[in-house]
Amino acid sequence: MRIEKHPLLTFSKGEQVTFQFDGQPVQGYEGEPIAAALHAAGFRVLSHSRVHKRPRGFWCAIGNCSSCNMRVNGVPNVRTCVEPLKAGMAVETQKDKGDLNV
Amino acid sequence: MISRTGVPTAQQIASVKPSKERLAEGPVAIVECFQEIPCDPCYTSCKSGCILPFEDINDLPQMDFDNCTGCGVCISSCPGLAIFVVDETYSEDEALVKIPWEFAPLPEESAVVTGLNREGEEVCPVTVKKVRTSPKKNDAYILTLVVPKELAFEVRSIRI
Amino acid sequence: MYNTEILVIGGGPAGLKASLSAAEQGAAVTLIEREPHLGGQLVKQTHMFFGSREQYASERGFKIAEKLNKQVEAHPNINVMNNATALGYYDDGVVSLEVDKSFATINYKAMILATGAQENTLMFPNCDLPGIYGAGAVQTLMNVYGVVPGKRVAMIGAGNIGVIVSYQLLQTGVEVPAIIEALPEVGAYHVHASKVRRMGVPIYTTHTVLAAHGSAQVEKITFAEIDRNRQPVAGTTKELEVDVLCIAVGLTPLTEILFQAGCQMNFIAELGGHVPQRSDTFETTIPGIYIAGDVSGIEEASAAMVEGSIAGLAAAEKLGHGKEQYQAKLASARQELASLRNGPAGLVIRQGLEQLAETREVNS
Repeated sequence: MRIEKHPLLTFSKGEQVTFQFDGQPVQGYEGEPIAAALHAAGFRVLSHSRVHKRPRGFWCAIGNCSSCNMRVNGVPNVRTCVEPLKAGMAVETQKDKGDLNV
Repeated sequence: MISRTGVPTAQQIASVKPSKERLAEGPVAIVECFQEIPCDPCYTSCKSGCILPFEDINDLPQMDFDNCTGCGVCISSCPGLAIFVVDETYSEDEALVKIPWEFAPLPEESAVVTGLNREGEEVCPVTVKKVRTSPKKNDAYILTLVVPKELAFEVRSIRI
Repeated sequence: MYNTEILVIGGGPAGLKASLSAAEQGAAVTLIEREPHLGGQLVKQTHMFFGSREQYASERGFKIAEKLNKQVEAHPNINVMNNATALGYYDDGVVSLEVDKSFATINYKAMILATGAQENTLMFPNCDLPGIYGAGAVQTLMNVYGVVPGKRVAMIGAGNIGVIVSYQLLQTGVEVPAIIEALPEVGAYHVHASKVRRMGVPIYTTHTVLAAHGSAQVEKITFAEIDRNRQPVAGTTKELEVDVLCIAVGLTPLTEILFQAGCQMNFIAELGGHVPQRSDTFETTIPGIYIAGDVSGIEEASAAMVEGSIAGLAAAEKLGHGKEQYQAKLASARQELASLRNGPAGLVIRQGLEQLAETREVNS
């Protein structure tokens, strides 16, 4: 969900673009972090923990904690909370630690 | 205690309330600031010099009610949004209370909304008499509310 | 290889002021910032700042950021590099960087580290559920990217960050059914607490969260009053349906580069954790490495700005710039910093700094 009208702030957004999240098309704004676009579209689960497969989302949202790591355009362990969204990006949840064999 | 609840006590409010005589003369600023923190823009913003100069930045504001015109510049200068203007001369049973407002949506002028006290409890219906942008042009608003006179020192917020 | 006189790492309020202060003395400054924009945490602050005119009292944080960013970007002596992350410290006066995803190095004569802090976490059952976020994270989502974090958000922590972010949530139309604070008192400025209380937000002091509940995300929390041993008091457990739980339980300085450089570090709880020893001009125990802002001890943006000014002055003077006006400017800035700290609100910081001074090792 997006903020329609804020009493004090205005938000400058890039163009609305479509990207892929685990194969399904999702809308976002160019330049905003991937995790923000996913959150606005109602997707909060970004990965699962390795051993117990517990659902995980982001935590710090400024690139410190790596809770938001996802695979983007085949590259694993991308910090989606700081990675800017581009049109056509393929964003995927990772299995385990992320496969470096791209 | 305010340090537990975040709400000023009756005693604290009484300590910043002008005399009955002064309240009967016209609008006046009520500075509900009770904690010594490094902060002084209230006194530098007052054009009538009725918030007295601070010796130390941590001082609590001291008021000279005589010169206060209730202009409300201090309302939008206070970073704590802790200043209000009360005018008990509005009518026989009603007073005006000016509060800062930094939320959307803005109420409409003449709308009847619910007055809230310092604990956020609903106390009475109030009419929004005026909606003005703050003199500081910092995107906040000042709402002038018509409240029952006996609640002029209770109503400090609204629910639309 | 980039070259500069003074390398400032971190473009928040401390780093911005350090850059300006050094540049105004005539030093060549390179400011590196890992975000695409400058301003640090200032850009997310919708409230008016406290302090005095010098610290931009009454001006909103994001407007202060706009002002400072413009000044820095326009200054001919400051080279700004965004999307630039410091990777490592080398003791021959080089820092390695990732700039726009490429590796680079920068050679400098003095460094001012203004990397700020990161949010602390809290452990409780199901604390890892999606929807449980740091308060700063929620602030970033709302105030930078315009995304609503949820519909009903509970806040853990009634320090300034917890209470300010609760108010900001109200400003985006989100309900805040509770602020939960383990201590018996609110740590935030009382006026911040009053603002949310009169909007109907309850503050539960002497309470703690027991658990979060939910399958794919947080759906509910349970919390209770605690006794002196921080154990839940029987019969006080409350349940709350929420879709976001915000954790605002303090910050810890981001000090990796200082540890790597071998600066003397000490654990001072009052300052937020491990902090560097420093002189009264904010030089660490490694000559030429200065610090400013939350990395030197968790405090307020107003103190961060003044510390930045002092570090910038001192680093520039060490390299031969601004010697004439140095003492006067330094004295004035020190006076500003002292007055911000000398009231009751500054007690904890003063105690922390005293302890830090006492633990300084004397080098033979």
